[in-house]
Amino acid sequence: MIATAFSWLVFIGAGLVAIVASILMVTRRNPVHSALWLIVAFFSIAIIYISLNAQFIAVAQVIVYAGAIMMLILFVIMLIHLESEQELTGKITGAKIIASFITIILFLEIVAAVLSFRVTGIKGPFTPELVNGFGNVRAVGMVLYGKYMFPFEIASILLLIGIVGAVVLSKRRKE
Amino acid sequence: MPTLPQVPLSLYFGLSAILFTIGAVGVITRRNAIIIFMCLELMLNGVNLAFIAAGNALNSLDGVIFVFFVMTVAAAEAAVGLAIFVMIFRLKGSVNVDQINLMKG
Repeated sequence: MIATAFSWLVFIGAGLVAIVASILMVTRRNPVHSALWLIVAFFSIAIIYISLNAQFIAVAQVIVYAGAIMMLILFVIMLIHLESEQELTGKITGAKIIASFITIILFLEIVAAVLSFRVTGIKGPFTPELVNGFGNVRAVGMVLYGKYMFPFEIASILLLIGIVGAVVLSKRRKE
Repeated sequence: MPTLPQVPLSLYFGLSAILFTIGAVGVITRRNAIIIFMCLELMLNGVNLAFIAAGNALNSLDGVIFVFFVMTVAAAEAAVGLAIFVMIFRLKGSVNVDQINLMKG
């Protein structure tokens, strides 16, 4: 009972923080402020992951998204100083209003899909009690290195391509 | 004292839809390429939340594995995408997507 109430509390609190932070992220003019609000949103989503028994993904979210990727984005924002572009984003044009209207239609479609959707899948073997018995990371590792071994190796090649691509693209060409 | 039900799965999906839509609004309305990139990351996070919630409801770890691969792709995408932005900034002096029309015939 107390655990259920606590999970409601965590969901409502972290969900509201995530929504407010992402709205602020979209509306701030300064890109650095946007990036910092996005980090807040990532942290609150990580808190929701913990309440969903996905501790490994919560930690990976903080390390990979809030740590590595946002650090990279902030680094690029500082590198190419974007202050000159701030005045371009301020005005509200007709195209923006139409675009927001279209995305609101998209949102209503997703909500309609969610409301008409019933989970009918076969329940898997990994109940929270079983997983908490020997640890979430160990369970994820067993699945990742067992059933999903081949996609894992493909992901390593993808990351290698990412590294090589970043180096090749950002190298200054000789004229 | 009435018993409180578990947080229903549709609420997690609703939060995921809200985050996805906010990201989509940002992608469509903003003109700065780096802000658009951050909004894309937010959209990916919304989808990840739906994966984790569904995996938890079905007692399955496949949702966690999916999110793991989405994060891998997002990391590679961030590295390559930001390198492209730096290159475009060197070339054009701006990352405003209205001014990036290198492939116009």
